[in-house]
Amino acid sequence: MSNDPAVEIRGLVKRYGTKTAVDGLDLTVPAAAVTAVLGPNGAGKTTTVECAEGYRRPDAGTVRVLGLDPVAQARALRPRIGVMLQSGGVHSGARAVEMLTHMAKLSAHPLPVAPLVERLGLGSCGRTPYRRLSGGQQQRLALAMAVVGRPELVFLDEPTAGLDPQARRATWELVRELRADGVAVVLTTHHMDEAEQLADEVAIVDAGRVVAHGTPEALCRGGAENTLRFTGRPALDLASLLKALPDGTEAAETSPGSYRVTGGVDPQLLATVTSWCAQNGVLPDGLSVGRHTLEDVFLELTGKELRG
Amino acid sequence: MTAGTFTPRPGAAPVSRMIAAQTALETRMLLRNGEQLLLTVVIPALLLVLFSSVDVVDTGAGRPVDFLAPGVLALAVMSTAFTGQAIATGFDRRYGVLKRLGASPLPRWALMAAKTLSVLVTEVLQIALLTAIAFGLGWSPQGGPLPVAALVLLGTAAFSGLGLLMAGTLKAEVTLAAANLVFLLLLVGGGVIVPLDKFPEGAQTVLGLLPISALSGGLRDVLQHGAGLPWGDLGVLAAWAVLGLGAAARLFRWE
Repeated sequence: MSNDPAVEIRGLVKRYGTKTAVDGLDLTVPAAAVTAVLGPNGAGKTTTVECAEGYRRPDAGTVRVLGLDPVAQARALRPRIGVMLQSGGVHSGARAVEMLTHMAKLSAHPLPVAPLVERLGLGSCGRTPYRRLSGGQQQRLALAMAVVGRPELVFLDEPTAGLDPQARRATWELVRELRADGVAVVLTTHHMDEAEQLADEVAIVDAGRVVAHGTPEALCRGGAENTLRFTGRPALDLASLLKALPDGTEAAETSPGSYRVTGGVDPQLLATVTSWCAQNGVLPDGLSVGRHTLEDVFLELTGKELRG
Repeated sequence: MTAGTFTPRPGAAPVSRMIAAQTALETRMLLRNGEQLLLTVVIPALLLVLFSSVDVVDTGAGRPVDFLAPGVLALAVMSTAFTGQAIATGFDRRYGVLKRLGASPLPRWALMAAKTLSVLVTEVLQIALLTAIAFGLGWSPQGGPLPVAALVLLGTAAFSGLGLLMAGTLKAEVTLAAANLVFLLLLVGGGVIVPLDKFPEGAQTVLGLLPISALSGGLRDVLQHGAGLPWGDLGVLAAWAVLGLGAAARLFRWE
């Protein structure tokens, strides 16, 4: 495996009419690793991925995928990538196994179809027409179609949207195996836990740009060293807690029942907080020191207001 | 599945194998679709049997089946190359099938080649069935196979261009409705069952320039009257093919 990046995007701009979907985006995706692209709806995730897949021609900037231009060198690139669209992509009358077998025939050295079908739990619906598959079955078929040609790089656009927990875990397991076998994976997702579970690198996209990029650990660590969090019942009297804490310490209820103490977090402060909890009859659940969740980072960077 | 299962080993299959696989898939999709079979097989066969046995339309001198069989063959070509292809491709586009295949190793030209081959395979099946029925009704065709093949191929090209133009520019639901409506109008006004000389003279000139009229007229010249290559009709079909395929190539939107 070479150490060249799987995807290299510099200054990507893509407009639809007067709307700028991607606005000077830079992104490097390493080979043989999982990169999660996170972002609110309309942030430009899908447009970015579709530029890398060769579906869209950039208005400005450069996109290189496995060293190739995805539009001008599409013919050479397509056999090397696997694509899972957000939805659709299959004849409504085609049967699940039939469609997967067909995709396998387009590749020179495809995976054997039967074990893949078994693996993704599609055996029971192998003869069911696509239009009668459940949403989760359609997702799993699309995932199987993306990997059956043994690509070097797969793009998964919201691969677990609408899946039940078992199917989600089966998908995660498959993504981990892809990575272990040296396949680069780019996945877009809304699920923070998915990114935390799977991603070697996370890129948070907002308003058409990458606003943060790094390992999940690095993103969560940033500026959080002096933070203590716990959950308990809502509306605790934080004023009485603050009286017990040294000056300069802050305490806040970030969402009902979730508390955050910031300041000089040391063993003494931790003891003070827990004894205050004991006095108030609170069992501090999920007590943790010095760690943001990815969701905190995400909301801090992209704001908490709802997007259209 | 064990470690190393997914180790990359990318590569496109040989293009001939891809086209064969895609042709087989497209043909299966076409034959599996009940509504399509109604248009491509049931309606032409019923029209052939009904109008050959019951004297409703004055088909001129000679046995009705000798007039009707060429028209119904033309209708069969139109039903597959135009109506069936427009509807199937419209829904392929709508459901992202064309988009997904666009990211596969299959080149676009190979996809179009496969669609064309699938249309031709279907037409061979239709022609075999309808010919058998016509023989059963006492049909005695004239002419040679070469002019017939030339007419069918050019007719297929003309109707495919128009079908793809519709599928690639309109919404799938609009294509569905419009393709069926056009099928019905051309069935009535294209010399399939009703001879064109039953229409007013001014209308005849215009109707005669329709691709269905050229195809049914040309097939009738050959199969009923034993003509050689009907150049006028071939010319009309070629013009439609150039116009339709040219416009489709320029205007087709893949998603």
